[in-house]
Amino acid sequence: MKKTLLATLLSTFAVGALADINIGVTLSATGPAASLGIPEKNTIDLLPKTIAGQKVNYIVLDDASDTTTAVKNAKKLISENKVDLIIGSTTTPNSLAMIDVAAEGETPMIAMAAAARIVEPMDEKRKWVFKTPQNDAQMSTAIVEHMTNNNVTTVAFIGFSDAYGEGWWKEFSKLAEVRKIKLVANERFNRTDTSVTGQVLKVLSAKPDAILIGGAGTPAALPQKSLKEKGYKGIIYQTHGVANNDFLRVCGKDCEGTVLPSGPMLVAAQLPADNPVKKSALEYVGKYEAVHGKGSVNAFGGYAWDAGMLFANAAPVALKKAQPGSREFRLALRDALEGTANLAGSHGVFNMSPSDHLGLDQRARVMVTIQQGTWKLAR
Amino acid sequence: MDLQILLLLGQDGITNGAIYALLALALVLVFAVTRVIFIPQGEFVAYGALTLASLQTGKVPGTIWLLLALGSTVAVLDGYRLLREKRFAKLPPLLIFNVGLPLLAAAGLFAMPPDQLPLWAQAVVAMLLVIPLGPMIYRVAFQPLASASVLVLLIVSIAVHVTLIGLGLLFFGAEGSRTPPFTEISFELAGAPLQGQTILVVVASALLIIGLYFFFERTIYGKALRATAMNRTGARLMGIPPALAGKLCFTLAAAIGAFSGILIAPITTIYYDSGFLIGLKGFVGAIIGGLASYPVAALGALLVGLLESYSSFYASAFKEVIVFTLIIPVLLWRSLTSKHIEEEEE
Repeated sequence: MKKTLLATLLSTFAVGALADINIGVTLSATGPAASLGIPEKNTIDLLPKTIAGQKVNYIVLDDASDTTTAVKNAKKLISENKVDLIIGSTTTPNSLAMIDVAAEGETPMIAMAAAARIVEPMDEKRKWVFKTPQNDAQMSTAIVEHMTNNNVTTVAFIGFSDAYGEGWWKEFSKLAEVRKIKLVANERFNRTDTSVTGQVLKVLSAKPDAILIGGAGTPAALPQKSLKEKGYKGIIYQTHGVANNDFLRVCGKDCEGTVLPSGPMLVAAQLPADNPVKKSALEYVGKYEAVHGKGSVNAFGGYAWDAGMLFANAAPVALKKAQPGSREFRLALRDALEGTANLAGSHGVFNMSPSDHLGLDQRARVMVTIQQGTWKLAR
Repeated sequence: MDLQILLLLGQDGITNGAIYALLALALVLVFAVTRVIFIPQGEFVAYGALTLASLQTGKVPGTIWLLLALGSTVAVLDGYRLLREKRFAKLPPLLIFNVGLPLLAAAGLFAMPPDQLPLWAQAVVAMLLVIPLGPMIYRVAFQPLASASVLVLLIVSIAVHVTLIGLGLLFFGAEGSRTPPFTEISFELAGAPLQGQTILVVVASALLIIGLYFFFERTIYGKALRATAMNRTGARLMGIPPALAGKLCFTLAAAIGAFSGILIAPITTIYYDSGFLIGLKGFVGAIIGGLASYPVAALGALLVGLLESYSSFYASAFKEVIVFTLIIPVLLWRSLTSKHIEEEEE
C-alpha cells in the first residue's frame, strides 16, 4: 500500500516535472501604463494554478510600458522558458510589436490591449494572436448611439496626443459622420499636461452639444474639470479607459452626469439576473476584492482574467492532443483558443472563429453614467 | 478668438510660468554652486504634491521611509568618518538630525491620523518631509563626487532622477492625485473668471522670489552661496566649506520644489512622474538665462508658460514640440553672442 502510494506520488512528481504548463506573461507594471499593468499583474496571481490535473506555472515579466522590452520579454519567454502561451502586453504598441515574435516562435498569444489592429486583418502571423479587450469601434458605436438618442448634433473631441486618442478619433469620427453628427473641434492633450485651458477654450468657442474626452485613467479628469470650471453645461462623454475608481476620486463632483461605455464588469452587481456575464463577472470581482480590498477591482484586471479564462477553457482540449512544452501542444492550444464558444468572461461572452480572434459581441458593453461618485448602469 | 480667451490663456500661462520660474531659479542655483544639472528637481514637485495628497487621504506617505533610509545612510557615512577622526562631540547632532528627527516624524505620523490636521498644517508637514531629502541626496549621491566633471555629475543626476521616479511609483502608486484648493474665492477680471488659487500661485511665487533675493543679498549663508557660485576655490580659501554650500543649495532646491508642488497640486492632477516634464520646462527657462542669470531665467520660464498656453489653443497637438523647439534659437543666439568660458577648473 505504502509502496503504491509512494509510486503514485513519485509518478505524479515525475509527470509534473516533465509536463507543467508554462505561461509567460509580460505586462506594464511600471512606466506610463502602470495603472493598467498593476491590476493585471494582481489578477495573474488569482488565475487557476492547476488545470485538468496539470500544474500551471506563470512567469510574469515587467516590460515597463516599453516596446523594446516587451519584445525582449516575449523572445526570452519563448526561447528560455519554453512557454506554451504568452499573455500580454498591456498596451497596444507593445502588443503589436510582439506579434512577430509570437508567430515566429509558433506560440499563441493573448493580448490585453484594445486596438483592433492587434487581431485584424487576420493573416499568417495574427493567426497566433488573440485579445480580450473590446475594440474601440464597439465602444464608439455605443457612444454614437447614445448621442443620437439624446439629440446631440454637434460634438467636440479632446483626446490624448498618442495612439489612444488618435485611435478613438479615427473610429469615432468615422461613425459620427455616418450618423450625421457634426464634429466641430478636434483637440489633443498629453497625459502629463498640467493645464488644458487652451484646448478647453478652443472647444468651448465651437459651442458643441456634447464633448467626448478620449483619454484613459486619471489624466482624463483634467479636461473634464477645466470644462466644468469654465461653465460647460452639455453632456460630457468619456471612454472606457477611465473605468477605475481612481478616476472618480480625482474627478470628484465635476464628473457628475458623465456618460461612458464600459465592459459590463464595472456595474456587474447592477446587471439584470438573466445577463450571461453577470455571474462570471461577479466571480472575478469577488476573488479580486477578497485579496485587495473592497472597491479595488477595475476593468483592466478583467482583461487579464479573461485571458486566463480563455486559456483555462482551451487547455483541457489541447492536453488531450499533446504534451505541454511541445510544438504540437502549442498548435493544439491555438486551435482550441480559436474554437472558444460561449465562454462567459468578466467583460462579455467569447465566441472565437478563424476570422475573429476577439469574439466579443454587443453583450460586452454597457453605457454607464456617473452618479453621486459611483458608476450607474444606464437603462 | 476674443479678448476673454486671450486673457484666460494669459492667466493660465502666467500661473504655469510662475511655477516654471521657481524651478528655473532652483536649477540655476544648484548649477552655479555645485555644477550639477539637477534633473531630479521636478521630482521634488511631485513628491511635495503627492505627500500632501496622501496625508489628506489619511495614509502615511512613503516619503517617510525614504527619509529614514537616506537619513540612516548619511548617519553611517558621516558617523564612520567622525569616529575615525575621533570627533565625538559632533556625533549627537549628526544622529539627531539624520535619524532622530525622521524617526520622531514617523512616530508622529503613525500616532496621529494626519487627515485630522487643517490644510495648512498638512502642507507644512509635507514640506518638512520632503525638504530634508535634498541635503541627504546631496550627501549620498553628489558630495563624494563634488570635484568630478559636469558630465559625470549629470550622469549621477540622471541616476538619481530614475531612482526617485521608481520610488515615487512604489510610494504613491500609478494613479494621480489632486488636493483641495487652498481658497475657493474667484474674481471677475475684464469679464474673465479668475480663480483665487491662481492668484495664490502667482503671489506666493513672487514672494518666494523676493525672499530668495533678500536671502542672497542680506544673510551670511546667502552670501556664502553666492561666493561659492562665483569662485569655488576662492570661497573655500575664505573658509566656506564646499560641502556646506552644496547641502544648503540642495535644501533650497528641495524647498522650492516641494513648495511649487503644493502650490499646483490643487490646479492639476499630479502623478509620480509628472515632475520630470514640469522640471524640464523650468530647465528651458534656465537655459534661456544661460544657467547663470536669475532674472533672465525667471523671465524665460514665464515665456515658456505663456508660449505653452497659447500654443495649446492654436495647435494643441504640437504644444510640446513648440515649447521645446524654443531652446534651439536660444542656444544659437547664446553661442553666437557669448564667448565660451571653460567650466572645468582642473
